Amino acid sequence: MNTLDYVVLVGTLLGIAAYGMWRTRGRRDLHTYLKGAGDTRWLAIGLSVMATQASAITFLSTPGQGFESGLGFVQNYFGAPLALLVIAGVFLPIYRRLDVYTAYEFLGRRFDQKTRLLGAALFLVQRGLGAGITIYAPAIVLSTVFGWPLNATIVCSGLLVVIYTVAGGSEAVTLTQKYQIAVIFAGMLAAFGVLLAKLPPGLGFGGALTLAGGFHKLEAVDFSFNPDRRYTIWSGVCGGMFLALSYFGTDQSQVQRYLSGASLRESRLGLMFNAVCKIPMQFFILLLGVLVFVFYQFERPPVYFNESAWRSAAAGGAGETLRAVEADFTAAHAVERQQLLAWIEARRAGDTAAVEQARAAAVAARGKVDAVRAAAKQLLAKEPGARANDADYVFITFILHYLPHGLIGLLVTVFFAAALSSKAGELSALGSTTTVDFYRYVIRREATDAHYVAASRWFTAFWGLFAIAVALLANLAENLIQASNILGSLFYGVPLGIFLVAFFLKKIGGTAVFWAALASLVLVWGLYAALNISYLWYNVIGCGACVILAAALQLALGGRSGESSRP
Amino acid sequence: MTTRPDDVGGVPTPRKAGEMVGERAGPTATDDAATGLPGFRTWRAVYVAVLGFFALWVGLLALLTEKFS
Repeated sequence: MNTLDYVVLVGTLLGIAAYGMWRTRGRRDLHTYLKGAGDTRWLAIGLSVMATQASAITFLSTPGQGFESGLGFVQNYFGAPLALLVIAGVFLPIYRRLDVYTAYEFLGRRFDQKTRLLGAALFLVQRGLGAGITIYAPAIVLSTVFGWPLNATIVCSGLLVVIYTVAGGSEAVTLTQKYQIAVIFAGMLAAFGVLLAKLPPGLGFGGALTLAGGFHKLEAVDFSFNPDRRYTIWSGVCGGMFLALSYFGTDQSQVQRYLSGASLRESRLGLMFNAVCKIPMQFFILLLGVLVFVFYQFERPPVYFNESAWRSAAAGGAGETLRAVEADFTAAHAVERQQLLAWIEARRAGDTAAVEQARAAAVAARGKVDAVRAAAKQLLAKEPGARANDADYVFITFILHYLPHGLIGLLVTVFFAAALSSKAGELSALGSTTTVDFYRYVIRREATDAHYVAASRWFTAFWGLFAIAVALLANLAENLIQASNILGSLFYGVPLGIFLVAFFLKKIGGTAVFWAALASLVLVWGLYAALNISYLWYNVIGCGACVILAAALQLALGGRSGESSRP
Repeated sequence: MTTRPDDVGGVPTPRKAGEMVGERAGPTATDDAATGLPGFRTWRAVYVAVLGFFALWVGLLALLTEKFS
């Protein structure tokens, strides 16, 4: 990065943050602070929902996923449009009719105080930890690549978002997210354009797709029922819908975004915007990774994309071995490149037999390249600087080596803007939930709006500092990201179960669902200790157990369970 | 602006399971019914269009897979 890149990076980030603070200065009533001025249009809501969900890792890692595994990952998002339709048709009208600030306030109205507090507490634990990872994950990649101190990167990016979120509340979050997502789209489109321009002459976009298809990178939809396949249309539609319903429908960081709409219509259209755009957006980001793969068939890539970890290991005891690996890699890649150039030439000449021959030879050469890379990854696995997945470094490495200055700054801005926008949404939701569901509901029931706004600012700041602390501690525990994901899955299914009962099983009351939720949490934690299954299944188990146990308990309790409930 | 009366405080009111408190009159007809989108008079039509768009994308991705595999 040179001076121009830093000017673009710092100028854009500070400019957007300052604009958000200036536009929302002097907000003193609680409704505006937590929900915005009530005049947010559908496009701003749609972009805000999108920006909250798409974190920096979406834009750093997803192209790497496309590079490594192709388009198959897009199936994970197939359930999202279906879930958003259910939320727009069922969840949203009820939230708006009750005029709630938080999703858990709805649980209080539908069930009782204890269920509301349980839902809010589960959200705070899970999202509080998640907000730390939102800062940590991109910081570790960017600090490694640029040589910045990791802790300083975490603290600086964390404090910037805390300042403007605390100052401007939900309105500032929506406002800044609109411009941050515009920067993200501009940067990703620019990278796409540069990538197309850098493909070898004679290949073109169609040729790039044919080449990628030859390496099985364009297998976007898999109709097989094989449970060993990681991504299929069935797991995407069923599992994806389940996860999206839980995330978009019951997680306050998303609910707060679409409740800020000027009307039910604006909120609905904002959700429909995401239902329409989610799959194309993820497809586009994965396609970018696939094109990076094609590009690197003609330009020698690093053996290991986390070059800092590679250099560090090469300077140590494994230096001799790594140099031998690198020589093998260079030779294998040269053979593959030669075969691919022959393939392009044969295509141009229309020689079908030669096309097939060159393609088969290139695929064989690719096998050798992949084998060398796999060996390198194994060697680097224990390197302290190689904590993140190497695929996370693919896109940033391409940017740094092949994009012009200025555009490098813009793309790094993209990663930071994505980190700030998703974290701002999370912090605002954490502050709102603590204020509305705990402070105002349990601790101090009668106070002025100015008092609650001040309290909300303090709580938002607290969660911001908590997230920074989690991110700093994550540096000490290598597997904290995975631990956090596991923790999230152990908590996520049960709240969805509570909300599904609230929306669809009208005869079940608060006492039944509260005890069912607690029992389901114990069950999920017990199964986690006893079984060795993918942690994603605990979302399904937690939700299913909560619904079934609540129905059974209600049957046992008869009509009594809701009678003592309290608004 | 002060706190909303239906949010905090109040004496616990007996109610049956499933009954919601604080529910206000439903959204106005203009808020709920009108989509404001040209060609889409009802929300059902919007949802069908979104579902159709989803099916179209899945179909196109399946075609892409078929063509380049």
